[in-house]
Amino acid sequence: MIHQLSVFIENKSGALLQILSLLKEAGIQLVATNIVDTMDYGICRIIATNPRLACTILQEAGMSANLNEVFAIELDNHPGSAADAIAAFAQEGVGIVYLYSFLLGGKGILIFRTDNAERASDIIKESRLKAISEEDLSRL
Amino acid sequence: MIWNPNKECMSRDEMRELQGRRLHKIVDYVYHNVPFYRNKLQEMDIEPDDIKTIDDIVRLPFTTKQDLRDNYPYGLQAAPQSEIVRVHASSGTTGNPTIVGYTRKDIGVWSECMARCLTAYGVSRDDTFSVAYGYGLFTGGLGAHYGVENLGATVVPASTGNTEKHLRLIRDLGITGIACTPSYALHLAETMTKMGISKEDLHLRVGAFGAEPWTEDMRREIENRLGLQGYNLYGLSEIMGPCVSHECECKNGSHICEDHFFPEIIDPETLEPLPLGSTGELVFTTLTKEGMPLLRYRTRDLCSLIPGECECGRTAVRMGRILGRSDDMLIIRGINVFPSQVESVILSTEEFEPHYQLVIDRIDNLDRLTVRVELRNEFMTDLLPDLAALEHKLSEKLKSVLSIRAKVQLLPQGTLERSQGKSKRVIDNRKL
Repeated sequence: MIHQLSVFIENKSGALLQILSLLKEAGIQLVATNIVDTMDYGICRIIATNPRLACTILQEAGMSANLNEVFAIELDNHPGSAADAIAAFAQEGVGIVYLYSFLLGGKGILIFRTDNAERASDIIKESRLKAISEEDLSRL
Repeated sequence: MIWNPNKECMSRDEMRELQGRRLHKIVDYVYHNVPFYRNKLQEMDIEPDDIKTIDDIVRLPFTTKQDLRDNYPYGLQAAPQSEIVRVHASSGTTGNPTIVGYTRKDIGVWSECMARCLTAYGVSRDDTFSVAYGYGLFTGGLGAHYGVENLGATVVPASTGNTEKHLRLIRDLGITGIACTPSYALHLAETMTKMGISKEDLHLRVGAFGAEPWTEDMRREIENRLGLQGYNLYGLSEIMGPCVSHECECKNGSHICEDHFFPEIIDPETLEPLPLGSTGELVFTTLTKEGMPLLRYRTRDLCSLIPGECECGRTAVRMGRILGRSDDMLIIRGINVFPSQVESVILSTEEFEPHYQLVIDRIDNLDRLTVRVELRNEFMTDLLPDLAALEHKLSEKLKSVLSIRAKVQLLPQGTLERSQGKSKRVIDNRKL
């Protein structure tokens, strides 16, 4: 599993830029981001190089930020690979709480959280899905 | 029409004589039945027989909301519990509500005074009258209800909520009078527009509006949109409930039911009585109450008293509009809300910083309270439903303490300004 940074973001202009500027100043590179929003606020989820430092910087700047662990798996770059991967979880009744994806070094990467982390870990091993670590990410 | 001309049109001399006799009696009564007052009077070296005329009232001690809280629940009750036939409760600032017990006679006085109010508005036994104040611990619903029954009009106990159904009843039953908060009256007007009901479809004639401050502009708008005459109705649960004072057809001040509730205006800083006509804090002494009589209760409402006989023939002193408060109490949808109540809820919740802001808006003529709170860093999560659940949990807690629903708005830790005065904690966007 890898660390994901979750930052509370107010629904007002400049809020996202404030987060990104702080990370830029610290020389932290974004690997992927995803924002979920409500009427009043959102959560900005960030995969970055050096997530711990990123979290400390944002907290010290007075933002509500926290780290949590999410699954990251690498997919072959061909049609249907995401469907096959997700099918493994669906068959076992493990729900995907949220998911986002991106391409990195010619590989498809899925970042997701499930409703049963323990079981999901087993499924990844049993189904021979390629889990990736933070080190893997920085290499790609 | 005047419900009780003997009392409402009494000469000033007779009234002051009656008030003096009743004051002596009530001081004697609390001296012998309420240890709180006996101790205070003894400390001040006052015997009940020292109080001979109404002018002696200035010698008596004040009573505050804090005294009611400190003596929760029944400490200031004078009548034995077996004589109490009803209790009402109003919100307290730190969790303890104020409990007011009424004897059968108190309920009778309340209904009498409420019938005076309704009669002054032109309501008679031929009217069908809807009470759209909340029924329950709040005094508005039942207080107005008993008055309408006492008067002999037909009462429709609509209570609050379910506005569309209520409007259909107003139309179908030919309801002619309504008691509610002025903001609810405007909400009714909005709902009429949405439902395609015009004021010509209704037979509304009279509105008794109270429990929150309102302006002449609001009166004109309500009267125009509902096609009725709107009158002020004032009261507070500590003293009785709605019925303490009321306007008449002249709409130039609210006549106080002075034979039961004696008004004074004091300087809230020095506590010195102010001359008639000055603006200051309104203070009431209950002259006939049995359940929980109060001496010189500080209402915290700021207004002035208007002397002189009214064109309607009533001689009672009138009170002008409430111009504000001498404390930080807010009135939201007719319900008293203290910022400290919100504070105590937030302090009891570990997920939030002890900083908050109350924002009050009036949207579609209904007051909306938004409580802005900061989420602590360690409770930040990647899951939106968890944040929504935190909002919901706080909202439910606030509802149980405040008796009104508040929208909770989450903010990142550190957003709100620190170490500011109280005023910064409240942003009231209503134009009152």
